[in-house]
Amino acid sequence: MDYNFNFAAVWRDFDLLMSGLGLGLILAVISIAIGCFIGLLAAFGMLSKNRAIRWVSAGYVSAIRNTPILVLILFTFFALPQLGIRFGKIESFIVTLSVYSGAYLTEVFRAGLIALPTGLREAGLSIGLTEFGTKLNLIIPVMFRNVLPSLSNNFISLFKDTSLAAAIAVPELTFYARKINVETFRVIETWMIASLMYVLACYVIAAVLRQVETRLAIPR
Amino acid sequence: MSSPVLEIVDLHKRFGALEVLKGINLTMHQGDVVSLIGSSGSGKTTLLRCVNLLEEYEDGVVAVAGEQIGYTKKNGKRVRLSEREIARQRAMTGMAFQHFNLFPHMTAMHNVMLGLIKTRRMKKDEAHSVAEKWLERVGMLARRDHYPGQLSGGQQQRVAIARAIAMNPQLMLFDEVTSALDPELVNEVLSVVRDLAKDGMTMLLVTHEMQFAHDVSSKVIFMDDGRIGEEGPPDQLFRQPKSERLAAFLKSSKFS
Amino acid sequence: MEIVRAFDAIWAARWPILDGIANTLLISGLSILFGTALGVGVGLLLSYGGRIVRFFVRVYSDFLRGTPVFVLILACFYILSVIGLQLTAFQAGIFALMLFCSSHVGEIVRGALQAIPPGQTEAAKSIGLTFRTTFFSVLLPQALRQILPTWVNTATEIVKASTLLSIIGVVELLLSVQQVISRTYLSLELYFFAGFVFFLINFVIEKAGRIVERKIAIPT
Ligand SMILES: Nc1ncnc2c1ncn2[C@@H]1O[C@H](COP(=O)(O)OP(=O)(O)O)[C@@H](O)[C@H]1O
Ligand SMILES: [Mg+2]
Repeated sequence: MDYNFNFAAVWRDFDLLMSGLGLGLILAVISIAIGCFIGLLAAFGMLSKNRAIRWVSAGYVSAIRNTPILVLILFTFFALPQLGIRFGKIESFIVTLSVYSGAYLTEVFRAGLIALPTGLREAGLSIGLTEFGTKLNLIIPVMFRNVLPSLSNNFISLFKDTSLAAAIAVPELTFYARKINVETFRVIETWMIASLMYVLACYVIAAVLRQVETRLAIPR
Repeated sequence: MSSPVLEIVDLHKRFGALEVLKGINLTMHQGDVVSLIGSSGSGKTTLLRCVNLLEEYEDGVVAVAGEQIGYTKKNGKRVRLSEREIARQRAMTGMAFQHFNLFPHMTAMHNVMLGLIKTRRMKKDEAHSVAEKWLERVGMLARRDHYPGQLSGGQQQRVAIARAIAMNPQLMLFDEVTSALDPELVNEVLSVVRDLAKDGMTMLLVTHEMQFAHDVSSKVIFMDDGRIGEEGPPDQLFRQPKSERLAAFLKSSKFS
Repeated sequence: MEIVRAFDAIWAARWPILDGIANTLLISGLSILFGTALGVGVGLLLSYGGRIVRFFVRVYSDFLRGTPVFVLILACFYILSVIGLQLTAFQAGIFALMLFCSSHVGEIVRGALQAIPPGQTEAAKSIGLTFRTTFFSVLLPQALRQILPTWVNTATEIVKASTLLSIIGVVELLLSVQQVISRTYLSLELYFFAGFVFFLINFVIEKAGRIVERKIAIPT
């Protein structure tokens, strides 16, 4: 193998890669925030007494989870405009990733809700809270804290999924890596650095989230 | 005389095909302490839960302070009250549970304050001082900033009682509040309940502590398979049981 | 009428699309097969390897799991050809998916072995079984039952990830459908169709997994 390493060509564009990494993080944060909201609704939906609501929620989760995310991304960006639903590429990606993460978070929240002791709701009702007040003050906060570790895992895989935004030319890390790859032909260096950046980012995110988890955990 | 605090007339409750309460009648006045005893599965918990509307009942009337709980008559039909109304009515009675059911993500203080703020619409300061007063009463003021997970079972139960009683309910319901506790923690909770009885709190309680029921109650009810098997003043019920079933039950629960 | 046109277009392109489906199944199947074989090795080394071996295998696994699959595919595609391995996009893609699969299977195997109570090994030792016998007769049968559901989940992940090979030009299901879109502009209907076929494939895999799971469940 006669390949001459030359990292300088890639380092020159390191700030581009960093900005791409930053954008990926932002996309993941926004999407998981919206996804949490969707997931919460669908999780309550799956546990609803109303059969139609249960059915719609379960259908959403099962459809999204069994469809490749790339198909969802392309569908939102290229096909929805046919119905007059038009987004910019970043917005389009956020919509896709939110709906996508919502389906996974539905499962997380549903499991969290089922695991709660029934006494929690009853104690809330017995001091005169309404069903809604019980959900808002007791059920959701306790469930949320209990599922924080799964939430962290979901966030990390969501962050990795932002690499797919490159498929619709959103300028995140993978997009710039491909660009640099083509422009410099420093193939090995480019992909080594790009994947190292992802790996390190995942480590850092995991460490930060573990801190957050212990900070927010219910003391016992 | 003012209307009774609790009036139950011919209460029936069914879980599917299983009839759990088969016509219960009970009247309680201000300051009454009524204990429900009876073997497991006889319907004691269910009766309490109907009073707090944690269970719906099919037939009969449960009224607290003269107001029917949970239902009203509309055009001769029995209809369930709105959620908001039911929430208001639930706050008229306080409930202490077998497993405490404290809110795990809140300190002892906030456990007591939540209902005061959300249901009684108190200002934070006012709720805080009311909560302080009741935590003091149950001997838990020193632990007010602890979370439930950091408290022993007996301490959790005392906070739970403070949480219910701080709402200033007309009637307190206690469902086997000591049966999930280690034996050495039972007395600290019973003495709190005893103090409340002394202060004239109207209470309906389920207990397996026969000596305690004997000491604290103005009336004891023996529940037997969804019916009131026998009722009367504690001395009469414990010393001269009329029925075989009660005598057998008392023997098995080692009342001396 | 668009729907009718879409059906016509799909029917007209049925052979290329069936080819695409066959490719998707082939890619997924081979990746899962090789990835699982490699992953079992990874899991065993993570569980029973010496300290140094464990360290290197841990780095391998963390690196692969921290890198997005898409980046892994692009990296394999570009790098393998630069270092003189003349692989087709098809082969490079399978290689990348195999690596991805191996790291996930490795963690599943490690987790399952770890979850078996230590009393099992001790009991086996106490009746005089060798490590070999202990492993094959006591540990593995218990671990397999725990591995199955997560492994099935990984398999569906691989099927979904196989769509990413379309971006390096492998004509699997998604790309074969995209080729129809580029002729007919029926993106809404055809992306929907592609998503639906993937849904079906994964649905079948999950159902099959459930059935096997129930068959081999330990009666309780
Ligand atoms: N939610 C429920 N669904 C069905 N049956 C129930 C439910 N709750 C209680 N029961 C049944 O009702 C009967 C009375 O229960 P309970 O009131 O808890 O008795 P006790 O408190 O006296 O032990 C028992 O046979 C019990 O199995
Ligand atoms: Mg009971």
